[in-house]
Amino acid sequence: MSAFPLTRTLDRATVVVLALLAAFAILVPLLNLAVPVSSPFHVSSYFVALFGKYICYAILALSIDLIWGYCGILSLGHGAFFALGGYAMGMYLMRQIGTRGVYANPILPDFMVFLNWPELPVYWYGFQHFPYALLMIVLVPGLLAFVFGWFAFRSRVTGVYLSIITQALTYALLLGFFRNNFGFGGNNGLTDFKDILGFNVQAPGTRATLFATSTLALMIGFLICRSIVASKFGKVLIAIRDAESRTRFLGYRVESYKLFVFTLSACMAGVAGALYVPQVGIINPSEFSPGNSIEAVIWVAVGGRGTLTGAILGAILVNYGKTFFTSGPLAPYWLFMLGGLFVAVTLLLPRGIVGTAQHWFALRRATQPDAQAATSGEPAPRPAE
Amino acid sequence: MDEDLTAGSMLYLDGVSVSFDGFKALNNLSLTVAPGEMRAIIGPNGAGKTTMMDVVTGKTPPDDGDVFFNGTQDLTALDETQIAELGIGRKFQKPTVFEMHTVEDNILLALKSDRRSRATLFWRPNSDDDHRIENILQIVRLSPLRQRIAGSLSHGQKQWLEIGMLLAQEPKLLLVDEPVAGMTDAETRQTAELLKEINRDRTVIVVEHDMTFVRDLGVKVTCLHEGTAIAEGSIDQVSANQRVIEVYLGR
Repeated sequence: MSAFPLTRTLDRATVVVLALLAAFAILVPLLNLAVPVSSPFHVSSYFVALFGKYICYAILALSIDLIWGYCGILSLGHGAFFALGGYAMGMYLMRQIGTRGVYANPILPDFMVFLNWPELPVYWYGFQHFPYALLMIVLVPGLLAFVFGWFAFRSRVTGVYLSIITQALTYALLLGFFRNNFGFGGNNGLTDFKDILGFNVQAPGTRATLFATSTLALMIGFLICRSIVASKFGKVLIAIRDAESRTRFLGYRVESYKLFVFTLSACMAGVAGALYVPQVGIINPSEFSPGNSIEAVIWVAVGGRGTLTGAILGAILVNYGKTFFTSGPLAPYWLFMLGGLFVAVTLLLPRGIVGTAQHWFALRRATQPDAQAATSGEPAPRPAE
Repeated sequence: MDEDLTAGSMLYLDGVSVSFDGFKALNNLSLTVAPGEMRAIIGPNGAGKTTMMDVVTGKTPPDDGDVFFNGTQDLTALDETQIAELGIGRKFQKPTVFEMHTVEDNILLALKSDRRSRATLFWRPNSDDDHRIENILQIVRLSPLRQRIAGSLSHGQKQWLEIGMLLAQEPKLLLVDEPVAGMTDAETRQTAELLKEINRDRTVIVVEHDMTFVRDLGVKVTCLHEGTAIAEGSIDQVSANQRVIEVYLGR
């Protein structure tokens, strides 16, 4: 089989987005590390940490847009896959602490010593190896999504029912991870990280590298999603979204298509979580809280579902708004503002920011004289896009 | 079941019953359609016409009875996808096309091809598919609208697009549910022509209320009432049938 049909995937808009992200990935760390603090071009470490976090959210939003925007699967539990990826990374980081922990136990993380656990649980084995942790970051969310999706899609659970059980999934995990005997640090989660691949997680160089890596992951994720939605597979996804039973009667195995994108999307969310954890320095069960998953869906709705770029933009804008407003006197009202934003977008801007812009450009193009015929019902062929 | 009866038929229904909460939508329905035949099915609302299609296409499993396709293939054990793969295409009562896709993409998705995800993921535009799409668009008279978004088509054009999608599937048997509902007289006549053209190499079952249209088709007619076939024959024979006049035409 040939590689992804890149020529069709790389349309102008995609190239522009990728170029912007690449510039971001290179310039931000450079302006942070190489430019002195006194210079007006200096990018602060605060900015790097903040936007590194937003980029991880953007990957999560992208993964949600792939399934919701293109296949109509509204997952309100995608935060679970994000958190699982985060925990897998957290477990690697915990094992790197070694004797530098409070109890100086070379094998056991502090919380296990504190709980008087005699030895490392089997599921913690292997996490001291980075490649193994990387594998788990993708495998654990992917496997959970596969099993969950296999049952849900085969039983033809769709729409609001599916959304509700995804909420239940993340809530169940929240309760589980809160328990000390689950073996993931309970309420406190995993924190006090020291090194990643031998580099101090707090060091500016490491932070800048994590930022660049996250942006690179976002670029790869964007390219994968773009390749999928530009392929015939992507057309089938849209067909499923708009007329599921028609697609079935055409002979497509709808559940396999859904299962494929759902699993892929969960793996992407896992990667986002894994990149997030070393940048924020902690992973705890609150990441599983149902509200987080719903918030991520709002990012996509604000940016514009079914546009991919909208998901990225929405995640960054809404989170920037969150940071901006929760650090000022308006902090107590942030949740009202978020709720109001969702209502306003749904009522006034149902296509989201990017969706509305695309629609507007399409209309403008259609009203230009040479394309007039295409919309007024005249049988004039329009050049393919 | 009787092997001799099913052998040589394209579609064979025997003693099929379906009930919803005690309501018998199909009541001991038996029907045989020969290969290459075009059959019109008429009957009042609630006669079970659409339920019959649901049973054949795997949407509703029958409570009782046999359903055989192409003489030997038992349809009662299969789901929609498997039945579609066997070569049964269905046009819904309400035109159901992919509104957000172009006319071309609608046909492309319907073209008989490998339906598995790997095949669609690595599919590339090719001249063969392009020709097949163009052929079908010519048959359903939509070639000039190839790049249009399906959602912007008129009602009649959507009906034709859906028929085109059925053709693209290259089915052996086509089930067409009320193809001319909401069409103008001219469109209705064109649709009759179109179906006759399609019938040249495929078996077709048409469910329709429009008696002029059925007369235009000039094929064998079955009248359903309360889930059973009450009359069968030419349109003149059926419309002269006392029961048919009583339950359907006379009202």
